[in-house]
Formats: sequence, structure tokens, C-alpha cells
Amino acid sequence: MTAMVKAEGVHKSFGAAHILKGIDLEVAPREVFCLIGPSGSGKSTFLRCINHLEKINAGRLYVDGDLVGYRQKGDRLHELKDSEVALKRRDIGMVFQRFNLFPHMTAVENVMEAPIQVKGEAKAVARARAERLLDRVGLSDKAGNYPSQLSGGQQQRVAIARALAMEPKLMLFDEPTSALDPELVGDVLDVMRGLAEDGMTMIVVTHEMGFAREVGDALVFMDDGVVVESGHPRDVLTSPQHDRTKSFLSKVL
Amino acid sequence: MTDKFDKVPGGPSVADAPVSGPTTVAPETIRAVPVRHYGRWISAVVVIALLAALVYAFSQGNIQWHAVQDKLFDDTVLAGAGRTLMISVLAMVLGVVLGVVLAVMRLSKNPVTSWVAWLYIWFFRGTPVYVQLLLWFNLALVFPILNIPFVYKDEMTDVMTPFMCALLGLGLNEAAYMAEICRAGIQSVDEGQTEASHALGMTQAKTMRRVVLPQALRVIIPPTGNEFINMLKTSSLVYAVTYNELLRSTSQIGSTSYAVMEMLFVASIWYIVMTSIFSVGQYYLERRYARGSLRSLPLTPFQRVKVALTSFSNRPSGGVSA
Repeated sequence: MTAMVKAEGVHKSFGAAHILKGIDLEVAPREVFCLIGPSGSGKSTFLRCINHLEKINAGRLYVDGDLVGYRQKGDRLHELKDSEVALKRRDIGMVFQRFNLFPHMTAVENVMEAPIQVKGEAKAVARARAERLLDRVGLSDKAGNYPSQLSGGQQQRVAIARALAMEPKLMLFDEPTSALDPELVGDVLDVMRGLAEDGMTMIVVTHEMGFAREVGDALVFMDDGVVVESGHPRDVLTSPQHDRTKSFLSKVL
Repeated sequence: MTDKFDKVPGGPSVADAPVSGPTTVAPETIRAVPVRHYGRWISAVVVIALLAALVYAFSQGNIQWHAVQDKLFDDTVLAGAGRTLMISVLAMVLGVVLGVVLAVMRLSKNPVTSWVAWLYIWFFRGTPVYVQLLLWFNLALVFPILNIPFVYKDEMTDVMTPFMCALLGLGLNEAAYMAEICRAGIQSVDEGQTEASHALGMTQAKTMRRVVLPQALRVIIPPTGNEFINMLKTSSLVYAVTYNELLRSTSQIGSTSYAVMEMLFVASIWYIVMTSIFSVGQYYLERRYARGSLRSLPLTPFQRVKVALTSFSNRPSGGVSA
């Protein structure tokens, strides 16, 4: 079975700042893959490389066997056109730390937008699915509300529904609960847990060690642009091998 | 002030009313003597006195008010007002369309288009619109023949009619200002919006049209409304290129009938009518584009009247004293 995501020696710099210094990892289909590490370690940047929001400088990155952002002809790489990149992104859902819902659309319109605009789906079909998805994240009564009328936790659940509306094969979560009040975190994690149970492949950048231990199938600890330690969440979180992992975990647990 | 309360036995009269319930006593409403604002009274009297003096001066002035009344709905005046409205709308449309194009050029990654847009804005904002109007008007002095190879060829004086001078002068000038307004609007949209849209598989163009521009409009609309209202007034400058708009048509009547001031009053009345109408329109437009940014929209004037009326009738009988 091909890996859902495969990274080979991925490097990324912003100007002089070398953020990713050779990332190698593999995410299997139906796996919940957690990325942890101190801020500035490059975990969010790596996540953004997977759907080509950031261009990598070196190495190879594959999603479902296809090269991300490029096409290989012989031994040369050709950059993909804007429209081709957009086509690939359809299959990859992304949830942001700051939700990034479209503020000028209601919750249900946010969820309907991409299927209608990107896939050319009929409005009625898109609306039916959007209502089903909002129901799934427990917000069927908030369909007509604008994002500004929703709490952070509700906004994030709408954002998850919006990403699911494209029926992706991979979901990326970029610190989905970091901007939330503590009492709102649970609802969002419940929705993610439900997704994991349904067999969605998920890559989750998170500080929620409880979630990682309970739901995660694999865990990677990143620091300073490299993978320091990886393994099953239970093993890494309870008996870390590296000093850097130990000192990080002692601060967050 | 507390002394006053102490002198009234039994306290304030309203709270004194017997409460039928045995347990809860309504909290005593404070009925203090308000602070006297003597300064406000004095300034109000001074302002009213000055206003009265101004009204008196006008009543004593040598003004033929009947001329104002007679000419307000004169055909020539109405036609002039119509032309003012038309040239303002057309110049604004030209300004907005060209402004959006310039803003996109300015923000594009192509250095050539970005630089050209910058140059355009630099020139058209850097010179007075009056000078620009005269430049268009006198274009025939340097280019007697307008010649676009294989497309169009004609005498410049035939092309540059007063209408064309007015339209190009006002519209191209407006485009420079609209370009900056649009650029500010587009840049005001959070980058996360573009990212979210891209992550959903939307292309650059779709992202711009469906996500960025609708949000940018909220920032763009209010200054654009101001620009249009400004345009209604600035259009009086096209007097200089002999376009028969409101000011020119009223002035012509004024100079032949010796009612110069009266006709300027007529022009002022029509300008103020037009700007007032569009100010109301702008209010509703801004309200529409505030959707999603405010938790609850402010009431429209009509809704406010409605609320006032219903709350008036719902008031407890004691509240309304006939």
C-alpha cells in the first residue's frame, strides 16, 4: 500500500532562516499522525508544505504517490500550474489555528462554497451535504449564523465541516485547538476523534498530548527543523528516548 | 445634595409607593438633582443669536427670492442637473473600472505592470483635476489629428467634444484615487482567507472573486461613496471645458437675467439635493456590506421609526400622558 504522505529529505528556508532541515517521514492511510514540538520547530511549516501552501527548497514530498507541486519529466522537475496545484488541493482538507472561516458567508454557505465553486456541484446537493456535515459536528442549529456570531469552538467545527465538504482523502490540522478557550477544546477534539474512528487519514499538529496519546497512531517529535524522535504516541510520550524530547515533555505534560 | 434627600421625609416619591408583594422590595431609584450645565445654555444662546443675525441679514439683502423659486424647476436648470448627474455617474464608472484594473496591476508580481500603475497614479494624483481638464480640452493644439492606426482616424476637435473632455478629465483622475482605495481594500483582507480558499482547491481568480473582493468591498465602499459625492461637486469644474452641466446652465441664466446670486442659490439647492440623496443610498450600501463583520446590524432610519412607534404604543398606560 502506498503511503498517504511521504517526505524524503524535505528542506525549507524563508530567506536566511532554515526552517526544515531534512524531514523524512511516512504517513500510512487511515492513520492519525501527530506532530508535536516547541513553537518554531517547523511543524506548521511542514504541514503547509504538504498542500503546497509553501514551496519546499529541497527533497521530495509525495501525497498518495504523487509529487507535491511538481511533475517529473525524465530527471527534471516542472512546476505545476496554479490550476493544477488547485486540483491536487481538492483532496487535502486543511484546518487552521485561527479557523479562517469566510466572514461574509453564513456557516452553511462556508461549507457549500468549495463544492459549488471548485467541483461545480449543484446548489441543492451542496446544501444537503453541508447540512449533514454541520449536523455531524453538532451545529445544525447554527447553519444560518455568520462566523462572528459563533464561539471559537463552533467556528472551528464549521471549519472542519468546510474541509470535509470536499470529501478529502487526507486532513491536515494546524494546531486546531490552540486559539480556543479551554472549555471549548473538548468539542473540537470530539469531532476529530469521530473522524479518526471513521478511518480518515489525519496529520495533526497539536499541543494536546492527551488527544495524541488516546487517538494517535503515530507521533513525531520535531525540534529545530528535524525529526528528533518518532514512534507510537504511548511509547514516545511515556518513555521518551532523547533528552530534547524529555525536556519538552516535562514542560508540557 | 444629600441634605436635600434627608429633608424630605419618607424618601423619593416613586419608591415610596406601597409594594404589594411581601418579600421583594424594588431597589430605590436614585433621584438626584442633576448637574447644571450653565456653559451649555450660554453657548446655545450665542449660537442661536448668530444664526438669527445671519437669517436677518439675508432677509434684508437684495435677493429676489421669487427668481429662485421660478428658476428652480426651469427646463435649462433641470437639464443641467441631469447632465451633472450623468457625467458624475459615467466618470465614476470609468474611474472604478480603471481603478480596479490599476489596483490589480499595482499588486501584481509583474514589476512592469506594477511600475506603470504607480506612474499613472503618481501623475493623475499629482496634478490638479482642473489642469487635467484643460489638458484634454486643448489636446488638439498638439495632436490635431487623432490617429489610431487601422482603427480610427479623425480630427481631434471632433473627438474631444466638451462631453469627452469632461468624461476623460474626471474619470481618469478618479481612477487614480480609486486605484489606491481598491489596493487598500484588497490588502486589508487577512492572508488566512486566501490560504483557506487555496487549501479548499480554489484558484487565484476564484479566490479573488469569491473571497477577497467581497471582503475588500466592505473597506472600499465607504470611501467610494465619498468619492462619488465629491465627484458630484467636482463635476462643476467641467464648466471650464464648456460642458453644459448644472453650474454652467444656471450661470448662463444668471448672467443674462442679472440674477447671479439667485442662480447660484438654485445650483446650490440642486447640488445639496443630489448629495443628500446619494448619502442616504451610501448608508444602505455600507449596511449591506457590513454583513458578517458586525454581530447585529444597526437599525435603518425606517426601522428606528418603527421601533419607536411600537415601543410607544406598548408603553404601560402610566408612561404616556396625554
